[in-house]
Amino acid sequence: MLDTLKLPDHHYLNDGHGLKSWLLTKDHKRIAMMYLISITVMFALGGFFAAGVRLELMTPQGDLFLADTYNKFFTMHGVVMVFFFLIPSTPAVLGNFLIPPMVGAKDLAFPRINLLSLYIFWLGAAFFFYALFSGGVDTGWTFYTPFSSFSSNTNVVPTALGVFISGFSSILTGLNFIVTIHRMRAPGLSWFKLPLFVWAHYATSLIQVLGTPVVAITIIMVFVERAFGFGIFDPVRGGDPVLFQHLFWFYSHPAVYIMIVPALGVMSELISTFTRKTIFGYSFVAFSSLAIAVFGFIVWAHHMFVAGISPYSALVFSFLSFSVAIPSAVKVFNWTATLWKGSISFEPPMLYAYGFMGLFLVGGLTGLFLATLGTDIHLHDTYFVVAHFHYIMVGGAIMGYIGGIHFWWPKMTGRMYSEFGARMSAILVFVGFNLTFFPQFILGYMGMPRRYHAYPDEFQVLNIMSSAGAGVLGIGYILPVIYLTYSLTRGKAAGPNPWGASGLEWQTQSPPVTANFTEPPVVPAEPYEYTPHVAREANLV
Amino acid sequence: MSNAVAHADAHGHAVHHPELQHHFETMQQQKEASTFGMWLFLLTEVLFFGGIFFAYLLYRMWYFDAFAEASRDLDLVLGGFNTVVLIGSSLTMAFAVRAAQTGSSSGTVRWLILTMFLGAVFLGVKVIEYSHKFEVGHVPGPNFHSTSQWAAQEQIFYSLYFTMTGLHAVHMIVGIVILAVITRMAAQGRFNESYHTPVEMTGLYWHFVDLVWIYLFPLLYLVERHN
Repeated sequence: MLDTLKLPDHHYLNDGHGLKSWLLTKDHKRIAMMYLISITVMFALGGFFAAGVRLELMTPQGDLFLADTYNKFFTMHGVVMVFFFLIPSTPAVLGNFLIPPMVGAKDLAFPRINLLSLYIFWLGAAFFFYALFSGGVDTGWTFYTPFSSFSSNTNVVPTALGVFISGFSSILTGLNFIVTIHRMRAPGLSWFKLPLFVWAHYATSLIQVLGTPVVAITIIMVFVERAFGFGIFDPVRGGDPVLFQHLFWFYSHPAVYIMIVPALGVMSELISTFTRKTIFGYSFVAFSSLAIAVFGFIVWAHHMFVAGISPYSALVFSFLSFSVAIPSAVKVFNWTATLWKGSISFEPPMLYAYGFMGLFLVGGLTGLFLATLGTDIHLHDTYFVVAHFHYIMVGGAIMGYIGGIHFWWPKMTGRMYSEFGARMSAILVFVGFNLTFFPQFILGYMGMPRRYHAYPDEFQVLNIMSSAGAGVLGIGYILPVIYLTYSLTRGKAAGPNPWGASGLEWQTQSPPVTANFTEPPVVPAEPYEYTPHVAREANLV
Repeated sequence: MSNAVAHADAHGHAVHHPELQHHFETMQQQKEASTFGMWLFLLTEVLFFGGIFFAYLLYRMWYFDAFAEASRDLDLVLGGFNTVVLIGSSLTMAFAVRAAQTGSSSGTVRWLILTMFLGAVFLGVKVIEYSHKFEVGHVPGPNFHSTSQWAAQEQIFYSLYFTMTGLHAVHMIVGIVILAVITRMAAQGRFNESYHTPVEMTGLYWHFVDLVWIYLFPLLYLVERHN
């Protein structure tokens, strides 16, 4: 039966040929594919810098790079990964591709603005590449003043402008999603029939729209200090560097949720599909996304417990930071409850989902250590923090993103990839990730500070474990590039719904036509309606 | 399959409005999407300016005397004149929207040109104010000149003054460019009773930029004028 499946004759990939048909497209699916290629390049670049960091840290002496070069490596690793990979990742690729079909629309509300956001992203990346090739930047991805304004001799201005510009790409994507979800839903598709992926992107978009402008103005203020000698955060003239930190983290803490919440949305889709069950507590999972978005805005100062803020505000922010754990835990518990008595399978996307749940749990729980005032004084700026946020961003956000890519790849390209390769990749990523970052918890607890290129001898064993793990992790990430690329020409045709999933996007052919649907989609009575009948069909097709 | 594609293209409405984009079902849906998108964009602008307003308020609280003294050096007459000009431009913008709604292309063009003119007057006055600041050395940085005992903190005031009014001016320039595009569309007769969304959206943006100035003027020029 599988062999008889063929790719449809007409689909969005062959609707127009040549570079121009891509660069001038207004089709959200093509824009998503261009984002996919762009951010994969950025991911590889960020990975290159991470490899440099891990190589240096294999020995206690700073013998591979000079201290200044090391500073540039970890800075550019952070800038690339945060601003040019993680923030666009799931929304700009999967969200862009899937939200219109998921709501039964032909396109996003503003197709031209969607294309504009991609060009803005490229422009921002161009500024970053200029900064990179003319010597790099060494401020850390956080651009703390007054170092970034007055002391650093590196390319702060082009880097900051690159971040500023790419921020508008993020704002426009979020704006487009919000309007699309409000105004473009198919008749009968009410809010509580939307997939949780859409709810998660709605919450993410709110953060993008409300938070990103604040970091934009903050960067402007650093820019005028550095470029014109103005003084806004300059302590010599009475300016307050801590004000910079407040403004920066007002965006950059919620930005963590821009990275993780879309991945949480992917998880809900994967877990429901591969347990053949409706999600447990749909409305709780939906609202927990919004709750994370709201709470995420009132916890920023937990990055500043040792920056000299008042103990009373630290107390309040510590307490508020705990509150984010509640909606996060709601999701994990509800997924666990969804697994219970489900007809669980072990398809490649689901392997990523299992990995995600474990790593997100560890990342979330260690966040509580850092939200606690007393322990944060001890752990602040150590490798414990590095390990914690990598469990969320790499173990959470990237696992979710790659899991989602594996889940929707048949929809995006019409073809299946090597299941064996995908299973290998999921296992290598999980093992390699834990080997890389778990030792860093211990290192941080023992007091190894972050951002130094040399360290005392007694930390070497754990650092070697971490570097070895990074090698395994790297292989785990390279594998999908190989077998997914291979599948583009050699993969078996997937058919419209290879996983037997329930969303509207699976009702159309794979890959979809430019207008997404050839027949108006049938809106189900309930979201995630898995019946024995559907499951039986799934096994046949 | 090709039949199905043809079906998808043909479904829906017998008569398409020429300005209806393919991914919308009705003109009303299209307009609602645009309006909603514009309001969301203005919300991002509120947060954009909000960051620097917050910095301003904090420093004004900390260094009130320095801010009051620096503020008295701003030109109240030019600032006040500009405030009137800008409010006037919002009025002409509102007339332009009204003319578009009633389908008067020539009226729309006239009011839009007047709006652009008032915007240009505002920017011209701003240039005069800025150049005066350069002459007396009120530009923060190595060449800053002040005999005040709060000279250092006055630099913060002027840093914020130039950044805030500069960003506002950039928004004005963008606004004038958009107005020029819209004026051209109006002159081509693109707008009528059933389609004038771009004029309305431009109006929203222009009023917003005006509103930012309504806050900037008292905050920067009127800190403590009575003594």
